[in-house]
Amino acid sequence: MAKKDLDTRFSKFGTVSFTSITKTNDFVSYLEQGKVMGTTCKGCGLKFFPPRADCYKCLSSDMEWFEVAGKGKLLTFSKLQYGPVGFEGDLPYAIALADFGDYKVFGRMAGDIPADDIQVGMEVKARPNTLPNGQLNYVFEKA
Amino acid sequence: MGKVGIIGVGQSAFVRGYPGSIRELAFEGFKEAMQDAKISAKDIDATIVCSAPEYDKQRSPAGVFAEYLGLTPQPTFYVETLCSSSTTGLKLAYSLVKSGLHDMVLVLGFQKMSEISSAESQERMGRGADIQWESPFGTMMPAYYAMYARAHMARYGTTPEDLALIRVKASTYGQINEKAVYRKAVALEMFTDPENAMSGPVASPLRVGDCCANADGSSCLIVAGEEKAKALSKNPVWILGIGAASAPVNMSGRDLLTGLTVGEIAGQQAYRMAGLTPKDIDVAEVHDCFTIAEMMAYENLGFAKPGQGRELIRNKETYKEGSIPVNVDGGLLSKGHPIGATGGSQVRTIVLQLRGEAGAIQVKDPEIGLVHNIGGVGLYGNVVILGRS
Repeated sequence: MAKKDLDTRFSKFGTVSFTSITKTNDFVSYLEQGKVMGTTCKGCGLKFFPPRADCYKCLSSDMEWFEVAGKGKLLTFSKLQYGPVGFEGDLPYAIALADFGDYKVFGRMAGDIPADDIQVGMEVKARPNTLPNGQLNYVFEKA
Repeated sequence: MGKVGIIGVGQSAFVRGYPGSIRELAFEGFKEAMQDAKISAKDIDATIVCSAPEYDKQRSPAGVFAEYLGLTPQPTFYVETLCSSSTTGLKLAYSLVKSGLHDMVLVLGFQKMSEISSAESQERMGRGADIQWESPFGTMMPAYYAMYARAHMARYGTTPEDLALIRVKASTYGQINEKAVYRKAVALEMFTDPENAMSGPVASPLRVGDCCANADGSSCLIVAGEEKAKALSKNPVWILGIGAASAPVNMSGRDLLTGLTVGEIAGQQAYRMAGLTPKDIDVAEVHDCFTIAEMMAYENLGFAKPGQGRELIRNKETYKEGSIPVNVDGGLLSKGHPIGATGGSQVRTIVLQLRGEAGAIQVKDPEIGLVHNIGGVGLYGNVVILGRS
């Protein structure tokens, strides 16, 4: 494949992206459209977040996208005082895991939530977020 | 087939910035194990080298070590499961001997974490988990374990002080372990003194004192079939049970957030194979890369019921004189954690305990010991049960 044909949209995901090419590149285009999306296997109906191109259960690679909508419950979180190289400008920030019923979502807490307001069990919504360096991710905000 | 035993154990001191190359570091653990077993390199039928390759500049260290340690032309290969690499090596050695393919296998774990610069190390830390979906958020090992600590506290009421007590215990024994990287005393008050480094926040609720340190080190185990072990050693230690498991790398695939399923599953396999229960264990080494990891290990291995691990540490049951002594060599929290060498060091401690050669940290007359070694954030887990007979 000629270089000009490479689809590297995924390199826009996160403060620092470590992956540029994946079959789930549409995830980033959906973030740009204001949606956090997972995939559902058309073969067996299994839902995946993070999205996948392939189903381990029925071995189908025929997927359709669904939106991470509604409220999730915060399962746990941690506020970081140190970050890896490339993340210094984001500190401090909190990473978290939320339960949306059929699937769980790992991400970051929205930066404008006061630290004392973050509690295990609180209801959250996932929304796309543009980072100061122009990159895209998604964050949890209070539902 | 007969039993499989360990007839030699060794480890280097675990240090910051080892003043030598990786082959010289490997030699230190190797020498101690060979002298312990009173054998020479020609007696070894195969070698398994264990480490996490992201710290190595040398491509394929196994061949380099084989030459340096005089282990050619026997076969050698490399195995990796992050921080549990050398117990994975032990499991493979067990299989090779049990199958009859080899009679004596050497398991050599090592890591020279200072081989790369601090900046390079930081960069690799960012790639320590799911690089496609998690690392772009800025994740680090302490933060993942902190998420488990938060969930354990929310569900069971475990406190930061309970976790600090585990570090205090570790330092009690780390101070008298000449091979440990951290040998100072740690008191509970340090965790609440804002002037003390131990209290510094890392990833809430974990503080500096809850985390182990990087180190350079090597460890070495010599594994032999029953006949050979009995012929060469007056006190071989036998592998009675060995279990291993894996878990989803992405946190979104984890259903249990108050324990590590890999420790639980590997433990159950090892107990079943040995025909033993948690009550039979006289001394244990568990993977305490963070204080919360030791707390979860108490519960995952059945030393305490889920949520009751804190009672063990509050009542000092895991001290040397307690009902189930755990990490009485100082653990990873005191010894330091040279990734690929760690599991072999844990096995060495238990072997010395079972032989009655553990010196100042000797537990009273143990028959059965257990090693619990975790790779990544509960991504891989190995549990090994060892016995005197």
